[in-house]
Amino acid sequence: MSKRTLRGQAAIVGVGETTYWRHGKSPHSEFKLALQAILAACEDAGLDPRRIDGFASYSNDRNEPSRIAAALGLPALRFSNMNWGGGGGGGSAAVGNAAAAVACGMASCVVVFRALAQGQFQRFGAAPPGGVASGEQALNAPYGVMSPAQRYAMRAMRFLHENKIAPTAQRAIALASYHHAQANPRAVMHGRPLTEEAYDSSRWIVEPWRLFDCCQENDGAAALIIVPAEQAKDFKHAPAYVLASAQGSEYRNGARSHNAPLYATSSFTTVAPQLYDMAGLKPHEVDVVQSYENFTGGVLMSLVEHGFFKAEEANAFLTTENLIAPKGKLPLNTSGGNLAECYMHGLELQVEAVRQLRGQSTSQVAGAEVSMVISGPMVTPVSSMILGAESTL
Amino acid sequence: MSYLPPGLPIPVPENDGLDKPYWDAARRGELLVQRCNACGAFQWGPEWICHKCLSFDVGWHKVSGKGRIYSWERPWHPVHPALKGHGPYVVVLVELPDADNVRMLGNLLGDPQQEVRIGAEVEAVFEAHDDAKPPFTLVQWKVS
Repeated sequence: MSKRTLRGQAAIVGVGETTYWRHGKSPHSEFKLALQAILAACEDAGLDPRRIDGFASYSNDRNEPSRIAAALGLPALRFSNMNWGGGGGGGSAAVGNAAAAVACGMASCVVVFRALAQGQFQRFGAAPPGGVASGEQALNAPYGVMSPAQRYAMRAMRFLHENKIAPTAQRAIALASYHHAQANPRAVMHGRPLTEEAYDSSRWIVEPWRLFDCCQENDGAAALIIVPAEQAKDFKHAPAYVLASAQGSEYRNGARSHNAPLYATSSFTTVAPQLYDMAGLKPHEVDVVQSYENFTGGVLMSLVEHGFFKAEEANAFLTTENLIAPKGKLPLNTSGGNLAECYMHGLELQVEAVRQLRGQSTSQVAGAEVSMVISGPMVTPVSSMILGAESTL
Repeated sequence: MSYLPPGLPIPVPENDGLDKPYWDAARRGELLVQRCNACGAFQWGPEWICHKCLSFDVGWHKVSGKGRIYSWERPWHPVHPALKGHGPYVVVLVELPDADNVRMLGNLLGDPQQEVRIGAEVEAVFEAHDDAKPPFTLVQWKVS
């Protein structure tokens, strides 16, 4: 029996984004942003929007597929899928779920999307409303552990301690994102470069993370269109084939009250091997990486768990020079990422990964054929994916 | 006098009663963790089943309250109105050697800008909030 795999069976043929704003600054409602991004992706692909027959998203996106399908006058809705879990951990999983749906014939044209308008809704970095806390919250909130930064800083702190990692390693990740944002006119931090001195003197949010270790919060929307591989060449641009997508987390990662046995991880220790196995690739064959920065320490652990360097090599490997396009050993977050382009809950990273394969990035890696995205480190489930140009099939 | 200012969310047992023995014991000044009556495995946070042997007969076990700092963080940026203007505070994740190193969270009492050392020995302190509605007791930690 041949190995069951998603490799090469589906492709991303369209990508779309709205303008990206600082949080609360969108002049449009969240639902309208979602529609704008979806239509932009159709336009990019040269696709009649009425061919869409499915939707996949993550992190409890508020914009339900049934409403979108009605708003767009779709002839039929065949697939609607939500990947469980908060944070951006489901970003690459949503692409995988969409690819699986079109590969097995449940749908033929699935949109992956994420939309956020935080003026209309609550910010992530604020405490949840309410006077009482129960369950997991009761074991955290009364101690002042409420925001994502506060929930995950102790994972990174333990990792930094165990592996004697210097502050310069996290700093290099932040500087690489800001460096790439200066070439990207869409980036919210375009025109606002970051220096080592500014990073070092920035205020603490939660030790071990300073202001520039933490993602922005933004308004906007992004969307991608996924079709079966045999239809992938019918559209305007070169297809980005899904070579692999993997999701989940290791043994008891979700144990309550910070009791994951392998606590000091980004949750990818079992997911990353699945990813490479499906793609049939090794870390050194990856040309460019977009790695979700909720916090720089999460990126650091993600890169270790995806095999780009060992934990004990982090101080030497994580220099800005190594992380920037076009010459770095591992060009990282080439649009500016969550830190400096836009926190589109990470889905802007999938869009950038496609651009790299098309040769359209503002920080292009020459001849990029294998493009990786790592989504939402430290939460569970997490996910990652590898896209490839036609030459990789 | 509590470590953090009043006004933070008040912990209440889950509405299915899962963690009620823990919160009730904290009011009495006792620290409980789960322990499986079938296989003896320790477990925290609370769950309805033993993750080791899958028995539903999970009981409660009193521990000494002695622990060791496994990780920590120092929040500076206030994300809750009650913390505005308060300044930094320390959160520690403590492993309990006499309960198979299950971990518990709490604040590390004392100077909020103190140097924190992973591996340091700590002990539980019961911080009663008798005037809260409903009243509760938090398990906190101090260097021993």
